[in-house]
Amino acid sequence: MREGLKTQDGGIQYDLSASTFSPDGRVFQVEYAMKAVENSSTAIGIRCKDGVVFGVEKLVLSKLYEQGSNKRIFNVDRHVGMAVAGLLADARSLSEVAREEASNFRSNYGHNIPLKHLSERVAMYVHAYTLYSAVRPFGCSFILGSYDQDDGPQLYMVDPSGISYGYWGCAIGKAKQAAKTEIEKLQMKDMTCRELVKEVAKIIYIVHDEVKDKAFELELSWVGEVTNGKHELVPKDVREEAEKYAKDSLEEEDDSDEENM
Amino acid sequence: IKYKKKKKEWQTATTIIAVEFNGGVVLGSDSRVSAGETVVNRVMNKLSLLHDKIYCALSGSAADAQTIAEMVNYQLDVHSIEIGEDPQVRSAATLVKNISYKYKEELSAHLIVAGWDRRGGGQVFVTLNGLLSRQPFAVGGSGSSYVYGFVDAEYQKGMSKEDCQQFVVNTISLAMSRDGSSGGVAYLVTIDEKGAEEKCILGNELPTFYDQ
Repeated sequence: MREGLKTQDGGIQYDLSASTFSPDGRVFQVEYAMKAVENSSTAIGIRCKDGVVFGVEKLVLSKLYEQGSNKRIFNVDRHVGMAVAGLLADARSLSEVAREEASNFRSNYGHNIPLKHLSERVAMYVHAYTLYSAVRPFGCSFILGSYDQDDGPQLYMVDPSGISYGYWGCAIGKAKQAAKTEIEKLQMKDMTCRELVKEVAKIIYIVHDEVKDKAFELELSWVGEVTNGKHELVPKDVREEAEKYAKDSLEEEDDSDEENM
Repeated sequence: IKYKKKKKEWQTATTIIAVEFNGGVVLGSDSRVSAGETVVNRVMNKLSLLHDKIYCALSGSAADAQTIAEMVNYQLDVHSIEIGEDPQVRSAATLVKNISYKYKEELSAHLIVAGWDRRGGGQVFVTLNGLLSRQPFAVGGSGSSYVYGFVDAEYQKGMSKEDCQQFVVNTISLAMSRDGSSGGVAYLVTIDEKGAEEKCILGNELPTFYDQ
Protein backbone atom coordinates (compact mmCIF):
# COMPACT_ATOMS: atom_id res chain seq x y z
CA MET A 1 0.00 0.00 0.00
CA ARG A 2 1.61 3.26 -1.10
CA GLU A 3 0.79 5.44 1.87
CA GLY A 4 3.85 7.53 1.30
CA LEU A 5 2.91 9.11 -2.00
CA LYS A 6 -0.16 11.31 -1.63
CA THR A 7 -2.27 12.84 -4.38
CA GLN A 8 -1.51 16.09 -6.21
CA ASP A 9 -4.12 18.06 -4.24
CA GLY A 10 -1.56 18.53 -1.56
CA GLY A 11 -1.25 15.59 0.81
CA ILE A 12 1.99 15.31 2.79
CA GLN A 13 4.59 12.90 1.42
CA TYR A 14 6.54 10.86 3.90
CA ASP A 15 8.64 8.85 1.57
CA LEU A 16 10.86 11.41 -0.07
CA SER A 17 13.80 11.17 2.28
CA ALA A 18 15.26 8.86 4.85
CA SER A 19 15.14 11.61 7.44
CA THR A 20 11.33 11.53 7.60
CA PHE A 21 9.09 9.21 9.62
CA SER A 22 5.57 8.46 8.51
CA PRO A 23 2.70 8.96 11.00
CA ASP A 24 2.66 5.25 11.71
CA GLY A 25 6.35 5.17 12.52
CA ARG A 26 7.85 3.82 9.29
CA VAL A 27 10.82 5.09 7.33
CA PHE A 28 9.64 4.48 3.78
CA GLN A 29 12.99 4.99 2.11
CA VAL A 30 14.41 2.06 4.06
CA GLU A 31 11.42 -0.08 3.12
CA TYR A 32 11.84 0.85 -0.53
CA ALA A 33 15.49 -0.14 -0.27
CA MET A 34 14.38 -3.55 0.94
CA LYS A 35 12.09 -3.79 -2.10
CA ALA A 36 15.18 -3.36 -4.25
CA VAL A 37 16.62 -6.43 -2.56
CA GLU A 38 13.46 -8.39 -3.17
CA ASN A 39 13.71 -7.67 -6.88
CA SER A 40 17.09 -9.32 -7.09
CA SER A 41 17.67 -13.02 -7.56
CA THR A 42 18.07 -15.27 -4.56
CA ALA A 43 21.13 -15.82 -2.38
CA ILE A 44 21.27 -18.27 0.51
CA GLY A 45 23.74 -19.08 3.25
CA ILE A 46 23.59 -22.10 5.54
CA ARG A 47 25.70 -22.95 8.55
CA CYS A 48 26.44 -26.57 9.31
CA LYS A 49 28.46 -28.59 11.78
CA ASP A 50 31.87 -27.71 10.39
CA GLY A 51 31.44 -24.72 8.09
CA VAL A 52 29.26 -22.35 6.06
CA VAL A 53 28.05 -22.75 2.46
CA PHE A 54 26.79 -19.94 0.20
CA GLY A 55 24.69 -20.36 -2.92
CA VAL A 56 23.62 -17.62 -5.33
CA GLU A 57 21.20 -17.84 -8.24
CA LYS A 58 22.94 -15.50 -10.65
CA LEU A 59 20.56 -14.64 -13.49
CA VAL A 60 22.25 -14.38 -16.86
CA LEU A 61 20.64 -11.56 -18.77
CA SER A 62 22.56 -11.99 -21.98
CA LYS A 63 24.39 -14.79 -23.79
CA LEU A 64 27.15 -12.28 -24.49
CA TYR A 65 28.22 -12.18 -20.83
CA GLU A 66 31.51 -13.84 -20.01
CA GLN A 67 30.98 -16.80 -17.73
CA GLY A 68 31.75 -15.92 -14.14
CA SER A 69 31.40 -12.17 -14.54
CA ASN A 70 29.44 -10.04 -12.07
CA LYS A 71 30.25 -12.30 -9.16
CA ARG A 72 27.90 -12.02 -6.23
CA ILE A 73 30.05 -13.76 -3.68
CA PHE A 74 32.97 -11.74 -2.31
CA ASN A 75 35.94 -12.46 -0.14
CA VAL A 76 36.33 -10.18 2.84
CA ASP A 77 39.63 -11.19 4.37
CA ARG A 78 40.85 -14.74 4.11
CA HIS A 79 38.33 -16.31 6.46
CA VAL A 80 35.13 -14.40 5.64
CA GLY A 81 32.78 -14.75 2.68
CA MET A 82 29.97 -12.38 1.69
CA ALA A 83 27.00 -13.27 -0.54
CA VAL A 84 24.82 -10.36 -1.69
CA ALA A 85 21.40 -9.59 -3.12
CA GLY A 86 20.09 -6.25 -4.38
CA LEU A 87 21.88 -3.47 -6.21
CA LEU A 88 25.22 -4.99 -7.12
CA ALA A 89 27.05 -1.67 -7.20
CA ASP A 90 25.94 -0.88 -3.65
CA ALA A 91 27.03 -4.34 -2.60
CA ARG A 92 30.48 -3.94 -4.12
CA SER A 93 30.96 -0.67 -2.27
CA LEU A 94 29.97 -2.34 1.01
CA SER A 95 32.32 -5.23 0.39
CA GLU A 96 35.14 -2.68 0.21
CA VAL A 97 33.95 -1.22 3.53
CA ALA A 98 33.93 -4.67 5.08
CA ARG A 99 37.41 -5.39 3.73
CA GLU A 100 38.74 -2.19 5.20
CA GLU A 101 37.20 -2.96 8.59
CA ALA A 102 38.72 -6.41 8.61
CA SER A 103 42.09 -5.08 7.51
CA ASN A 104 42.18 -2.32 10.13
CA PHE A 105 41.21 -4.77 12.82
CA ARG A 106 44.03 -7.08 11.90
CA SER A 107 46.45 -4.16 11.82
CA ASN A 108 45.42 -2.93 15.26
CA TYR A 109 44.86 -6.19 17.09
CA GLY A 110 47.03 -8.72 15.34
CA HIS A 111 44.41 -11.38 14.56
CA ASN A 112 41.36 -12.24 12.41
CA ILE A 113 38.31 -10.10 13.01
CA PRO A 114 35.53 -12.03 14.80
CA LEU A 115 32.53 -12.27 12.46
CA LYS A 116 30.03 -10.88 14.94
CA HIS A 117 32.13 -7.76 15.34
CA LEU A 118 32.60 -7.35 11.59
CA SER A 119 28.89 -7.66 10.90
CA GLU A 120 28.11 -5.14 13.64
CA ARG A 121 30.61 -2.66 12.23
CA VAL A 122 29.32 -2.96 8.65
CA ALA A 123 25.72 -2.85 9.88
CA MET A 124 26.53 0.37 11.72
CA TYR A 125 27.86 1.81 8.46
CA VAL A 126 24.73 0.75 6.54
CA HIS A 127 22.56 2.23 9.29
CA ALA A 128 24.31 5.60 9.03
CA TYR A 129 22.95 5.95 5.50
CA THR A 130 19.39 5.64 6.80
CA LEU A 131 19.63 8.78 8.91
CA TYR A 132 20.10 11.62 6.43
CA SER A 133 18.21 13.14 3.55
CA ALA A 134 21.41 13.90 1.68
CA VAL A 135 22.07 10.22 0.96
CA ARG A 136 19.98 7.20 0.12
CA PRO A 137 20.07 3.88 1.98
CA PHE A 138 22.06 1.01 0.49
CA GLY A 139 19.85 -1.15 -1.72
CA CYS A 140 21.36 -4.49 -0.81
CA SER A 141 21.33 -7.17 1.86
CA PHE A 142 24.22 -9.47 2.42
CA ILE A 143 25.12 -12.63 4.25
CA LEU A 144 28.50 -12.97 5.95
CA GLY A 145 29.99 -16.29 6.92
CA SER A 146 33.21 -17.55 8.45
CA TYR A 147 34.79 -20.53 10.14
CA ASP A 148 37.20 -20.47 13.05
CA GLN A 149 38.89 -23.25 15.00
CA ASP A 150 37.73 -21.91 18.35
CA ASP A 151 34.36 -20.33 17.58
CA GLY A 152 33.26 -22.74 14.85
CA PRO A 153 31.09 -21.69 11.89
CA GLN A 154 29.27 -18.33 12.07
CA LEU A 155 26.63 -16.79 9.82
CA TYR A 156 25.27 -13.22 9.94
CA MET A 157 22.90 -11.28 7.72
CA VAL A 158 22.76 -7.48 7.32
CA ASP A 159 19.83 -5.70 5.68
CA PRO A 160 19.36 -2.11 4.39
CA SER A 161 17.97 -0.91 7.71
CA GLY A 162 21.34 -1.64 9.30
CA ILE A 163 20.53 -4.53 11.61
CA SER A 164 22.53 -7.72 11.74
CA TYR A 165 21.24 -11.08 12.89
CA GLY A 166 23.05 -14.37 13.46
CA TYR A 167 21.55 -17.38 11.71
CA TRP A 168 21.81 -21.09 11.11
CA GLY A 169 20.37 -20.53 7.66
CA CYS A 170 19.01 -17.55 5.78
CA ALA A 171 17.88 -16.42 2.36
CA ILE A 172 17.63 -13.03 0.65
CA GLY A 173 16.21 -11.97 -2.70
CA LYS A 174 13.10 -12.68 -4.71
CA ALA A 175 12.54 -16.29 -3.70
CA LYS A 176 13.55 -15.93 -0.09
CA GLN A 177 10.27 -17.28 1.30
CA ALA A 178 10.44 -20.44 -0.80
CA ALA A 179 14.13 -20.83 0.01
CA LYS A 180 13.52 -20.40 3.74
CA THR A 181 10.88 -23.13 3.61
CA GLU A 182 13.36 -25.49 1.99
CA ILE A 183 16.13 -24.51 4.42
CA GLU A 184 13.90 -25.21 7.40
CA LYS A 185 13.49 -28.78 6.21
CA LEU A 186 17.24 -29.42 6.59
CA GLN A 187 18.93 -30.75 9.70
CA MET A 188 21.92 -28.51 9.18
CA LYS A 189 23.46 -28.91 12.61
CA ASP A 190 24.22 -32.54 11.82
CA MET A 191 25.51 -32.07 8.29
CA THR A 192 29.03 -31.57 7.02
CA CYS A 193 30.00 -29.04 4.34
CA ARG A 194 30.28 -31.68 1.65
CA GLU A 195 26.71 -32.86 2.26
CA LEU A 196 25.44 -29.30 2.58
CA VAL A 197 26.90 -28.13 -0.74
CA LYS A 198 24.62 -30.52 -2.59
CA GLU A 199 21.57 -29.39 -0.61
CA VAL A 200 22.35 -25.72 -1.25
CA ALA A 201 22.61 -26.34 -4.98
CA LYS A 202 19.31 -28.24 -4.85
CA ILE A 203 17.54 -25.39 -3.07
CA ILE A 204 18.72 -22.83 -5.62
CA TYR A 205 17.51 -25.04 -8.45
CA ILE A 206 14.16 -25.53 -6.70
CA VAL A 207 13.49 -21.83 -6.14
CA HIS A 208 14.62 -20.78 -9.58
CA ASP A 209 11.64 -19.76 -11.67
CA GLU A 210 12.05 -21.36 -15.11
CA VAL A 211 9.20 -19.39 -16.59
CA LYS A 212 10.06 -15.83 -15.57
CA ASP A 213 13.87 -16.03 -15.56
CA LYS A 214 15.55 -18.21 -18.13
CA ALA A 215 19.23 -18.92 -17.80
CA PHE A 216 21.12 -18.75 -14.56
CA GLU A 217 24.58 -19.50 -13.23
CA LEU A 218 24.94 -21.14 -9.84
CA GLU A 219 27.64 -19.54 -7.69
CA LEU A 220 28.72 -21.78 -4.83
CA SER A 221 31.27 -21.05 -2.16
CA TRP A 222 32.22 -22.44 1.21
CA VAL A 223 34.40 -21.90 4.26
CA GLY A 224 34.99 -24.49 6.93
CA GLU A 225 37.15 -27.26 8.20
CA VAL A 226 37.23 -28.67 4.67
CA THR A 227 39.02 -25.52 3.46
CA ASN A 228 41.03 -24.99 6.65
CA GLY A 229 39.15 -21.83 7.50
CA LYS A 230 39.76 -20.18 4.12
CA HIS A 231 36.75 -18.87 2.19
CA GLU A 232 36.82 -19.94 -1.46
CA LEU A 233 34.62 -20.86 -4.40
CA VAL A 234 33.74 -24.52 -4.38
CA PRO A 235 36.15 -26.58 -6.55
CA LYS A 236 35.00 -27.69 -9.98
CA ASP A 237 34.46 -31.38 -9.21
CA VAL A 238 32.43 -30.69 -6.05
CA ARG A 239 30.38 -28.13 -7.96
CA GLU A 240 29.60 -30.52 -10.76
CA GLU A 241 28.60 -33.21 -8.28
CA ALA A 242 26.34 -30.74 -6.47
CA GLU A 243 24.68 -29.51 -9.67
CA LYS A 244 24.13 -33.05 -10.86
CA TYR A 245 22.52 -33.93 -7.53
CA ALA A 246 20.33 -30.83 -7.78
CA LYS A 247 19.20 -31.55 -11.33
CA ASP A 248 18.56 -35.23 -10.57
CA SER A 249 16.48 -34.36 -7.50
CA LEU A 250 14.34 -32.02 -9.55
CA GLU A 251 13.75 -34.66 -12.20
CA GLU A 252 12.74 -37.18 -9.54
CA GLU A 253 10.16 -34.78 -8.20
CA ASP A 254 8.81 -34.17 -11.68
CA ASP A 255 8.56 -37.92 -12.27
CA SER A 256 6.74 -38.54 -9.00
CA ASP A 257 4.27 -35.78 -9.84
CA GLU A 258 3.50 -37.49 -13.15
CA GLU A 259 2.88 -40.82 -11.42
CA ASN A 260 0.36 -39.27 -9.06
CA MET A 261 -1.58 -37.92 -11.99
CA ILE B 1 80.59 29.75 32.90
CA LYS B 2 78.22 27.54 34.77
CA TYR B 3 77.79 24.04 33.44
CA LYS B 4 74.21 23.00 34.08
CA LYS B 5 73.70 19.30 34.39
CA LYS B 6 70.65 17.96 32.54
CA LYS B 7 68.03 16.70 34.97
CA LYS B 8 68.29 12.94 35.21
CA GLU B 9 65.25 11.15 33.81
CA TRP B 10 63.61 8.54 36.01
CA GLN B 11 64.56 5.13 34.74
CA THR B 12 63.16 1.82 35.69
CA ALA B 13 66.46 0.35 34.61
CA THR B 14 65.40 -2.88 35.95
CA THR B 15 65.00 -6.61 35.78
CA ILE B 16 61.81 -8.06 34.34
CA ILE B 17 60.92 -11.59 33.33
CA ALA B 18 57.89 -13.48 32.04
CA VAL B 19 57.55 -17.26 31.60
CA GLU B 20 54.85 -19.45 30.02
CA PHE B 21 53.66 -22.65 31.66
CA ASN B 22 50.92 -25.02 30.61
CA GLY B 23 47.78 -23.12 31.53
CA GLY B 24 49.20 -19.67 32.23
CA VAL B 25 52.11 -17.33 32.72
CA VAL B 26 54.23 -15.95 35.57
CA LEU B 27 55.61 -12.40 35.45
CA GLY B 28 58.28 -11.06 37.78
CA SER B 29 60.06 -7.77 38.38
CA ASP B 30 62.24 -5.90 40.85
CA SER B 31 61.12 -2.60 42.39
CA ARG B 32 63.89 -0.03 41.98
CA VAL B 33 63.38 3.29 40.17
CA SER B 34 66.58 5.33 39.75
CA ALA B 35 67.42 8.82 38.55
CA GLY B 36 71.13 8.62 37.94
CA GLU B 37 72.68 7.37 41.19
CA THR B 38 69.65 8.13 43.35
CA VAL B 39 67.00 5.57 44.08
CA VAL B 40 63.81 7.62 43.85
CA ASN B 41 61.42 4.75 44.55
CA ARG B 42 62.45 1.45 46.13
CA VAL B 43 59.04 -0.23 46.08
CA MET B 44 57.58 0.40 42.63
CA ASN B 45 55.42 -2.32 41.13
CA LYS B 46 56.54 -2.68 37.54
CA LEU B 47 53.93 -5.29 36.66
CA SER B 48 51.09 -3.28 35.20
CA LEU B 49 47.58 -4.50 34.47
CA LEU B 50 46.42 -4.26 30.86
CA HIS B 51 43.31 -6.39 31.34
CA ASP B 52 41.91 -8.95 33.79
CA LYS B 53 44.19 -11.69 32.59
CA ILE B 54 46.84 -9.73 30.69
CA TYR B 55 49.71 -7.93 32.40
CA CYS B 56 52.82 -6.20 31.15
CA ALA B 57 56.25 -5.74 32.69
CA LEU B 58 57.75 -2.25 32.39
CA SER B 59 61.38 -1.33 31.78
CA GLY B 60 63.36 1.62 30.44
CA SER B 61 62.03 5.13 30.97
CA ALA B 62 59.45 5.03 33.77
CA ALA B 63 57.23 7.71 32.27
CA ASP B 64 57.27 6.24 28.76
CA ALA B 65 56.54 2.72 29.96
CA GLN B 66 53.71 3.75 32.29
CA THR B 67 52.08 5.88 29.63
CA ILE B 68 52.17 3.10 27.05
CA ALA B 69 50.64 0.72 29.59
CA GLU B 70 47.87 3.19 30.45
CA MET B 71 47.04 3.82 26.80
CA VAL B 72 46.86 0.12 26.00
CA ASN B 73 44.77 -0.52 29.11
CA TYR B 74 42.24 2.00 27.83
CA GLN B 75 42.25 0.60 24.30
CA LEU B 76 41.76 -2.95 25.58
CA ASP B 77 38.84 -1.87 27.77
CA VAL B 78 37.05 -0.45 24.73
CA HIS B 79 38.05 -3.38 22.53
CA SER B 80 36.85 -6.06 24.93
CA ILE B 81 33.43 -4.38 25.20
CA GLU B 82 33.20 -4.08 21.41
CA ILE B 83 33.93 -7.74 20.76
CA GLY B 84 31.98 -8.90 23.79
CA GLU B 85 34.65 -11.15 25.27
CA ASP B 86 38.08 -11.08 26.92
CA PRO B 87 40.78 -9.82 24.54
CA GLN B 88 43.50 -12.08 23.21
CA VAL B 89 47.02 -11.66 24.58
CA ARG B 90 48.14 -11.16 20.98
CA SER B 91 45.80 -8.15 20.68
CA ALA B 92 47.32 -6.52 23.76
CA ALA B 93 50.82 -7.18 22.49
CA THR B 94 49.95 -5.81 19.04
CA LEU B 95 48.57 -2.62 20.57
CA VAL B 96 51.76 -2.15 22.60
CA LYS B 97 53.88 -2.94 19.55
CA ASN B 98 52.03 -0.41 17.37
CA ILE B 99 52.75 2.40 19.83
CA SER B 100 56.35 1.29 20.42
CA TYR B 101 57.07 1.12 16.72
CA LYS B 102 55.32 4.29 15.65
CA TYR B 103 57.08 6.38 18.28
CA LYS B 104 60.28 4.42 18.47
CA GLU B 105 62.44 7.54 18.03
CA GLU B 106 60.73 9.37 20.86
CA LEU B 107 60.16 6.59 23.34
CA SER B 108 62.64 4.58 25.32
CA ALA B 109 60.76 1.76 26.98
CA HIS B 110 60.41 -1.97 26.61
CA LEU B 111 57.29 -3.78 27.69
CA ILE B 112 56.97 -7.54 27.95
CA VAL B 113 53.31 -8.51 27.55
CA ALA B 114 52.07 -11.77 29.08
CA GLY B 115 48.70 -13.25 29.96
CA TRP B 116 46.11 -15.96 29.45
CA ASP B 117 43.32 -16.24 26.88
CA ARG B 118 41.00 -19.11 26.05
CA ARG B 119 42.40 -19.72 22.59
CA GLY B 120 46.15 -19.87 23.19
CA GLY B 121 46.47 -20.45 26.94
CA GLY B 122 49.44 -18.75 28.56
CA GLN B 123 51.44 -16.57 26.17
CA VAL B 124 54.48 -14.26 26.51
CA PHE B 125 55.18 -11.58 23.88
CA VAL B 126 58.29 -9.43 23.49
CA THR B 127 57.82 -5.92 22.01
CA LEU B 128 61.36 -4.52 22.14
CA ASN B 129 61.88 -1.58 19.74
CA GLY B 130 58.58 -2.25 18.03
CA LEU B 131 58.95 -5.89 17.06
CA LEU B 132 56.41 -8.52 18.08
CA SER B 133 57.57 -12.00 18.95
CA ARG B 134 56.06 -14.77 21.03
CA GLN B 135 58.52 -16.64 23.24
CA PRO B 136 58.28 -19.34 25.91
CA PHE B 137 60.05 -16.93 28.28
CA ALA B 138 61.54 -13.44 28.08
CA VAL B 139 63.81 -11.26 30.21
CA GLY B 140 64.33 -7.53 29.95
CA GLY B 141 65.83 -4.46 31.56
CA SER B 142 69.40 -3.71 32.56
CA GLY B 143 69.52 -6.57 35.05
CA SER B 144 68.66 -9.11 32.41
CA SER B 145 72.19 -9.07 30.99
CA TYR B 146 73.47 -10.66 34.19
CA VAL B 147 71.04 -13.56 34.09
CA TYR B 148 70.89 -14.64 30.44
CA GLY B 149 73.20 -17.53 31.23
CA PHE B 150 71.11 -18.55 34.22
CA VAL B 151 67.77 -18.52 32.42
CA ASP B 152 69.14 -20.29 29.35
CA ALA B 153 70.57 -23.06 31.51
CA GLU B 154 67.74 -23.42 33.99
CA TYR B 155 64.64 -23.07 31.77
CA GLN B 156 62.88 -26.30 30.93
CA LYS B 157 59.84 -26.87 28.80
CA GLY B 158 56.74 -28.10 30.62
CA MET B 159 57.40 -26.60 34.03
CA SER B 160 54.56 -26.52 36.50
CA LYS B 161 53.12 -23.31 37.90
CA GLU B 162 55.10 -23.62 41.13
CA ASP B 163 58.34 -24.43 39.25
CA CYS B 164 57.82 -21.31 37.12
CA GLN B 165 57.24 -19.14 40.15
CA GLN B 166 60.45 -20.44 41.75
CA PHE B 167 62.36 -19.96 38.49
CA VAL B 168 61.18 -16.35 38.26
CA VAL B 169 62.00 -15.54 41.87
CA ASN B 170 65.48 -17.04 41.54
CA THR B 171 66.18 -15.06 38.40
CA ILE B 172 65.07 -11.75 39.88
CA SER B 173 67.04 -12.38 43.01
CA LEU B 174 70.26 -13.12 41.14
CA ALA B 175 69.83 -10.08 38.89
CA MET B 176 69.14 -7.78 41.84
CA SER B 177 72.29 -8.90 43.60
CA ARG B 178 74.51 -8.08 40.60
CA ASP B 179 72.80 -5.14 38.87
CA GLY B 180 73.16 -1.76 40.57
CA SER B 181 70.00 -0.52 38.90
CA SER B 182 67.84 -3.37 40.21
CA GLY B 183 66.85 -3.98 43.79
CA GLY B 184 64.26 -3.65 46.50
CA VAL B 185 61.53 -6.26 46.62
CA ALA B 186 60.36 -8.76 44.03
CA TYR B 187 56.85 -8.59 42.59
CA LEU B 188 55.25 -11.68 41.12
CA VAL B 189 52.04 -12.04 39.11
CA THR B 190 50.66 -15.46 38.19
CA ILE B 191 47.91 -15.53 35.57
CA ASP B 192 45.80 -18.53 34.61
CA GLU B 193 42.25 -19.39 33.61
CA LYS B 194 40.90 -18.40 37.01
CA GLY B 195 42.49 -14.95 37.06
CA ALA B 196 45.58 -13.05 38.14
CA GLU B 197 47.26 -13.38 41.51
CA GLU B 198 49.67 -10.67 42.68
CA LYS B 199 52.38 -11.34 45.22
CA CYS B 200 55.16 -9.30 46.80
CA ILE B 201 58.30 -10.97 48.16
CA LEU B 202 60.25 -8.85 50.61
CA GLY B 203 64.03 -8.57 50.56
CA ASN B 204 64.66 -10.93 53.44
CA GLU B 205 62.39 -13.62 51.98
CA LEU B 206 64.19 -13.76 48.64
CA PRO B 207 66.32 -16.83 47.91
CA THR B 208 70.03 -16.42 48.62
CA PHE B 209 72.92 -17.80 46.65
CA TYR B 210 76.46 -18.80 47.46
CA ASP B 211 77.82 -15.47 48.61
CA GLN B 212 74.80 -14.20 50.53
